[in-house]
Amino acid sequence: MTQPAEQGQASRTDGPKMVDVFSDVDIDTALATNPAGVAIAAMADEDPAILTLTADLGNVLNEFRERHPDRYIELGIAETNSISVAAGLATCGFKPYVYSMSPFGMLKCAEQIRTDWAYNHLPVRLVGRLTGLAMGLFGTSHHAVEDISVARAITGMTVVAPADAQSAVSLLRATATMAGPVYVRIAEDASPVYDEPPVYEFGRWQRLRDGADIALIGHGMGVGLAVRAAEQLAGSGIEAQVWDAAYLKPHDADAVLAAAATGRIVTIEDHNVIGGLTSIVAETLGRAGVAARLGSVAVPDEDIEVGVPADLYEYYGINVAGVVARAAELTGRL
Amino acid sequence: MTVETQGDTREGTSAAGPASPTVLDRGRPASSADLRRRADWIRLGTIDLIEQAGLGHYSSTFSCAEIFAVLYYHTLRIDPANPAWPDRDRLLLGKGHVATGLWPVLADLGFYPKDWLRQFGKLGSPLNDHPNMRLAPGIDFSSGSLGHNLSVGVGMALGGRLAGRDYRTFVLTGDGELQEGQVWEAAMAASHYRLGNLVAIVDANGFSGGGPTSAAMNIEPLADRFAAFGWRVSEINGNDVDALVETFDALPDPSGEAPVCVIARTRKGHGVSLFEQAPQAWHLGLLSPEQKAEVVAEISGRMA
Repeated sequence: MTQPAEQGQASRTDGPKMVDVFSDVDIDTALATNPAGVAIAAMADEDPAILTLTADLGNVLNEFRERHPDRYIELGIAETNSISVAAGLATCGFKPYVYSMSPFGMLKCAEQIRTDWAYNHLPVRLVGRLTGLAMGLFGTSHHAVEDISVARAITGMTVVAPADAQSAVSLLRATATMAGPVYVRIAEDASPVYDEPPVYEFGRWQRLRDGADIALIGHGMGVGLAVRAAEQLAGSGIEAQVWDAAYLKPHDADAVLAAAATGRIVTIEDHNVIGGLTSIVAETLGRAGVAARLGSVAVPDEDIEVGVPADLYEYYGINVAGVVARAAELTGRL
Repeated sequence: MTVETQGDTREGTSAAGPASPTVLDRGRPASSADLRRRADWIRLGTIDLIEQAGLGHYSSTFSCAEIFAVLYYHTLRIDPANPAWPDRDRLLLGKGHVATGLWPVLADLGFYPKDWLRQFGKLGSPLNDHPNMRLAPGIDFSSGSLGHNLSVGVGMALGGRLAGRDYRTFVLTGDGELQEGQVWEAAMAASHYRLGNLVAIVDANGFSGGGPTSAAMNIEPLADRFAAFGWRVSEINGNDVDALVETFDALPDPSGEAPVCVIARTRKGHGVSLFEQAPQAWHLGLLSPEQKAEVVAEISGRMA
């Protein structure tokens, strides 16, 4: 992509554009566009211990702020402070939810999260939005493609990645009773998978489709891609199993082994190929001594291009066509 | 799954009310001579623990021995029988490497048995060079990574306001620690939220591990800087127990509108000639048996 003009993108006016997920609508009560904001506001109605904290990212919490103004704590553009302040509040019996952009909340504050939250077993939640390449055009500073790798290497962290808005509601509700710190990785570009909040068991993945030829395992936006790719593959006579890997830590080793019974696994994630779901599956297979072909649809470990997310996902093959192509490659069919 | 009980829960008031006979209230009577002796007793305890472990932070701990003595034997409202009592005053060690000086104090007050001190430095000991709140009763927050605990203290002070409790949160920081940027994020937040229930004590001994603090990165004028961040500042001799007592006795009510910063000008290695002459060399070290005898004689002579 060193010569973008050749790709006809420099002067394009009708192609994909950035979507403003923080547009200044007064109160975004739409589940589809603001699942975490809606879910946390509803949870706070029932649990007076729930607080929200942000570092200048409060507009997605307008509903919460309107209903519970005293329980919203704005820290200004000071992410590290917001993480440690939340730890202090948690020692007083509160349940703080820190709302942040993942490149800053999870990556910039990894040490505060480890030392102040995880080391002390405190029940604090980081709700990270704008994960993966969702802030594509804003540049590398705004990409969060290492966050899962960092989060799951921290002892005591629970890491969940909702597949869509309904999944986000379900997983956020589940955090209400989780011990220790949790990272909730919200995907912006997820196509709907569930009609209602699914019932997840702690640490377990959901099998969304059966199939004996290959297994497609995704988290976040990768789940919707897997579902749609499986439909296409079925049209070509390839029956694909589909898994929603909602829990990245702890992960579902039994599900990995069930997927491996097909002999072929494709992992799909909006994350660096190192340290995320691809690594989780590979580590699990190796430890169990189970052989399977493993393909990945993920962000490569290289300098990432900058552009609107739809273009980036196409460029890196993190889309339905990319999943189908990788499945075809592994099955040797199509 | 069950919710982990962490620290004081909001329902935790059943643990003990203020009327509990085990509560040590604010402003307990203590003579100047007793507090000075207590500071030296802390120094002797620190020397023993460091000897057990084989390495430790002498001079940093010695600079704040009077601060520990006055806080724990006069100022803090605590309940050693109920370390998680929600209404207790908190003390956070921003400079976590001085925890060694606190271990004898917490044992003496009854937070844990004195024989725990004999485990210091051994695998599995709840007491470490830096404090761990999960393992050591009486430790209000873990530390070791400089710059975090003023932020954590802001959270505890906010929590006190939200829960309608009148406890104070004290945070002891080093002066070198103030080079960490997060401290100033916290300083901003403390005045923004008008946290008059938060007290920062700067153990300003003038040295960080690498040498004179302001040679590495100038942090002065500290009083002006905290004042500019909206804090109510006082500056005292932090090795003078009378000055500490007077300052802590005069703290504004926790319902006040401005966080309080006490800049305690201290001497790194205070109370031991060997350390005072080379405070940097004794930031981290181990006394030889001969040096130990000399140092203990100097301290003990003063206590007699």
